[in-house]
Amino acid sequence: MDLDDDKGSLAQVNHVILVLSGKGGVGKSTMTTEIALALRHTGKKVGILDVDLCGPSIPRMLSVDMQEVHQCDAGWVPVYTDPSKSLAIMSIGFLLENPDDAVVWRGPKKNALIGQFVSDVAWGELDYLLVDTPPGTSDEHLSIVENLRKHKLDGAIIVTTPQAVSTGDVRREITFCKKTGVRILGIVENMSGFVCPYCSECSNVFSKGGGEELAKLTGSPFLGCVPLDPQLSTSIEEGKDFIKAFPESATFSAINLITQAVLANLESA
Amino acid sequence: MSDVPSDAPEHCPGTQSEQAGKTSACEGCPNQKICSSGAPRAPDPAVEVIKENLALVKHKILVLSGKGGVGKSTFSANLAHGLARDVSNEVALLDVDICGPSIPRIMGLEGEQVHQSGSGWSPVYVEDNLAVMSIGFLLSGPDDAVIWRGPKKNGMIKQFLRDVDWGELDYLIVDTPPGTSDEHLSIVQYLSGAGIDGAILITTPQEISLQDVRKEIRFCQKVKLPIIGVVENMSGFVCPKCKNTSQIFPPTTGGAEKMCADLDLPLLGRIPLDPRIGRSCDEGRSFCSFCDQEPSIIQRIQDHLCRSQPDGATEEDSEAVKGTEGALN
Repeated sequence: MDLDDDKGSLAQVNHVILVLSGKGGVGKSTMTTEIALALRHTGKKVGILDVDLCGPSIPRMLSVDMQEVHQCDAGWVPVYTDPSKSLAIMSIGFLLENPDDAVVWRGPKKNALIGQFVSDVAWGELDYLLVDTPPGTSDEHLSIVENLRKHKLDGAIIVTTPQAVSTGDVRREITFCKKTGVRILGIVENMSGFVCPYCSECSNVFSKGGGEELAKLTGSPFLGCVPLDPQLSTSIEEGKDFIKAFPESATFSAINLITQAVLANLESA
Repeated sequence: MSDVPSDAPEHCPGTQSEQAGKTSACEGCPNQKICSSGAPRAPDPAVEVIKENLALVKHKILVLSGKGGVGKSTFSANLAHGLARDVSNEVALLDVDICGPSIPRIMGLEGEQVHQSGSGWSPVYVEDNLAVMSIGFLLSGPDDAVIWRGPKKNGMIKQFLRDVDWGELDYLIVDTPPGTSDEHLSIVQYLSGAGIDGAILITTPQEISLQDVRKEIRFCQKVKLPIIGVVENMSGFVCPKCKNTSQIFPPTTGGAEKMCADLDLPLLGRIPLDPRIGRSCDEGRSFCSFCDQEPSIIQRIQDHLCRSQPDGATEEDSEAVKGTEGALN
């Protein structure tokens, strides 16, 4: 919007990564949260921008849902999860009076707020800014890509579940990336198998292998699988740091490997 | 309801606003005159045309959820199949998820095309009494992305309601995308003349889903859309080997049951997380027989529709619609 303000807010942000999926409920916000926590774990300064305006999940996943955003000279001050300010968050969730309030907005209003989120947040110095998006290929996606292109946009991590119903929508998202010139950093297959805690039988609740197949089909890198893990969903529900709470779990190492792959990809480039 | 055009000046109050054409932001806008005349505030003429086109549709049901991936399309498809099992019911399923249409695959109709006839677009038929319409039928391939902003999506939804030859129907089920934005406002607005019986809300047990569903409930209240009830999907996973139940998506805040009690909404039922459901979705098969929860949910929905009777049908009609006996009240 105001071009003068545009230069400052992302000037000290090194890398910007979108987290996309054509399908809803596949774990975009969960992956965003866990990758952010994993990055912080390796000592990086991380920010999360949540542009899901109608269904913001990030504040609750990091248990900062009752916080408010403050203004300073440089713009909106993001909400920090900890006193050392290593993880900064901006979401429409912080701007609502009541958490149950519905944001019943058509495209233009959503686009205006996304413009402000890109230009008016005082992120300060960050190694990584992860942008969590709503499902689809519409207003929010076009606006965030248009707005970020003026600054920097390293690429997108695409999340899917293994089912054909999900990979079908995600193929469309990949076409979106190709059309808008967003580089695909890789595909993550989430909810990939569930190990019964009673008998250790692995059930493929949402099928198996769909993410990897999709990666091959579209010529995108495959970053890895994350299993269905009740410990992970509970941590996400309660806003706890899964990476800290269950460092021995297989899910943790899966997330860590994905994060390492992204880091290697970006830092070699 | 704000209705700001995508190329409007900043701070445009919206063409539907009382302030349209009158605020300082309107100065210099080429449409200021039209807006201040009040003409755009008159209801869209399409609403009347849609009312006529849907005059022979008895019940219109929306399937909503604030959250994505909770099973709206799976449930819609299931509900359509379930209702269509009674051959005396004419059922149609409309998919208004423009950017992520899943219905064609779930109904086993991938690659089908829509045909033009004298009376409009013909929907695709799965059974003699089950018609389906989705943007998926208008795309040239599985990689085709619909990269559209709001106004184009709204235009498509308008066409689905106005230009599709729906014919005589007992039930029109509308599957929606997640959120509370363009598609939702449009479908409610366009159907305002024809009338919607109500919405069925789908959620999973976690708070992360319920918090979005509560927003959708607020949306329904704002646009005065009656809520038929809530369905909890992915409610517990029964291991196929040892038959123990695991809460993969734990109801940390009491799940849909508590939310329904708090907000005084009927809980229509729970559907467990069953790998067979996902598999049959992928393969496009009907899976009603798999899920013993389904009949009672469908029964409750039919009971609700009979009780409210918006179109003035007689009591006998409703009994006929209801079909099987032993209804759950």
